[in-house]
Amino acid sequence: MSATEVKELETMAQKIRCHILRMTTAAGSGHPGGSLSAVEILTHLYFKEMNVDPKNPSWEDRDRFVLSKGHAAPVLYAALAEKGFFPAEDLKTLRKIDSYLQGHPDMKKVPGVEMSTGSLGTGFSTAVGMAMALTLDKKDNYVYALLGDGETQEGQVWEAAMSAAHYNLGNLIAFLDNNGLQIDGDISDVMCPEPFPDKWKAFNWQVIEIDGHDLNAIAEAVAEAKKDTGRPAMIIAKTVKGKGVSYMENEAGWHGKCPSPDEMEAALCELE
Amino acid sequence: MTKIATRDAYGKALVRLGEHNKNIVVLDADLSKSTKTADFQSAYPERFFNLGIAEQNLMGVAAGFAAAGKIPFASTFAVFAIGRAYDQIRNTIAYPMLNVKIAATHAGLTVGEDGGSHQMIEDIALTRVIPGMTVIVPADATETEQAIMKAAEFEGPVYIRLGRPAVPVIFGEDYTFEIGKSVIVKEGKDVALFATGIMLSESIAAAEELAAEGIDAEVINISTIKPLDTDGIIKSVTKTGCCVTCEEHNIIGGLGSAVAEALAENHPVPMERVGVNDTFGRSGSPNELLEAFGLTKKDIAEKARKVLQRK
Repeated sequence: MSATEVKELETMAQKIRCHILRMTTAAGSGHPGGSLSAVEILTHLYFKEMNVDPKNPSWEDRDRFVLSKGHAAPVLYAALAEKGFFPAEDLKTLRKIDSYLQGHPDMKKVPGVEMSTGSLGTGFSTAVGMAMALTLDKKDNYVYALLGDGETQEGQVWEAAMSAAHYNLGNLIAFLDNNGLQIDGDISDVMCPEPFPDKWKAFNWQVIEIDGHDLNAIAEAVAEAKKDTGRPAMIIAKTVKGKGVSYMENEAGWHGKCPSPDEMEAALCELE
Repeated sequence: MTKIATRDAYGKALVRLGEHNKNIVVLDADLSKSTKTADFQSAYPERFFNLGIAEQNLMGVAAGFAAAGKIPFASTFAVFAIGRAYDQIRNTIAYPMLNVKIAATHAGLTVGEDGGSHQMIEDIALTRVIPGMTVIVPADATETEQAIMKAAEFEGPVYIRLGRPAVPVIFGEDYTFEIGKSVIVKEGKDVALFATGIMLSESIAAAEELAAEGIDAEVINISTIKPLDTDGIIKSVTKTGCCVTCEEHNIIGGLGSAVAEALAENHPVPMERVGVNDTFGRSGSPNELLEAFGLTKKDIAEKARKVLQRK
């Protein structure tokens, strides 16, 4: 990527971060920490990688993205709004009674959302199903999925992992948002799901390890994943929960807590 | 009387369906020979997917296929489909209203010798409380075949409850199944017998027994539990003034509950329920179990006599 391109993506990532802070503050609830850790991954997917058409969300030949860690809905909504799927001003209605922006992604209500998620582990299986259907139809588009690291404590994740490798789904590229924290604390204290690379390799996946906030590294990892057409790829993205907001970074407490208006202003100052 | 298992009819129906509709895909979880999806696999191997012993993923993958425009039939035993994968059915299939057909076999006590761990008697209750879910319990092979065709044409999630043993074929080729419509199998004026699934043939037999005593029972096949044919039910009880429900399911939450809800709000009449009396099953042959748990024509006739006293 050219320096200008990286700069543009970085600007977009900052915009998305500001949206996340504003919308969760306005909502008075939501999950900022794990949304902020995934900003660069979604920025890359929606503004560099994926073939999608905001004017025609159900276009048959689109690439698909499944947010398996559904609680990170704010980062998905912010990316979709910036991409043009719906007006960015609607973001402030997140979680409100008359809003279509549900607390967790709802494919029936939100244009551009490919799958309703929220119960952890379930989205990943649906991404596998989509990739199988596209393979059956001999289509060459891709399915992307984003999993939380805590999410891998769900047994269904490994059922899905096994099936994706069994059916040689080279069109499935997953990201692990490895921010190391879950609601009750450090993932290795709560229920250690590591070592991630060994586990995914043992399930016959191509494994790529990157810094999940490095836009160049994300682009290179996806390119590498696409080269391996015979098996699914897991990009283990080392990230920081609450990334970009000093008081949120690496604090498990910011998993499911929204900032106060003052805290939001302080965070926006840091970002802008 | 010819006997055919509803799961056998399902296997044949899938093959017929797959021939005309290339969007049909079939998914199983290592039970394809028992659920009879193996018939589809033999006919269209490229559209059959075994997910192994992983029912949660089975349902999630089915949802993914549906989201990509396919019409997936996901099959395993009822206890694993509805029990093991309930969250996936609720959140991944029903909540987004995806076009997945869950066709589960080996429902009810008549699984037989495998015992209580495998005898699903809570599935009708669990599925009918899910918003937007259609719940179908065919009574015989003819109805199963038609229900599969209609479910494939219908847009939205459907649960189809099928059984293991060979059961009497009640309906001829002139029979027409429609989602949401009950069918009067025998007209009568004294007591209405509302039956679902394999209990329809027992109810017909019970009506014959009652006829010998001068009791004129109406037998109604309720093969769609949801949406329930409330109008049809009210019509029958308006005539008879009392009813008995008959199901191979826990007495709580199934057909009996659905009928009771409809009648309580619209046309209360004395009612009795035949079903498994809130207890788990156990090993035994299907017929021994139906007898041990009070699900025979004798039990239905007894409840009919009892409800007639309450008129």
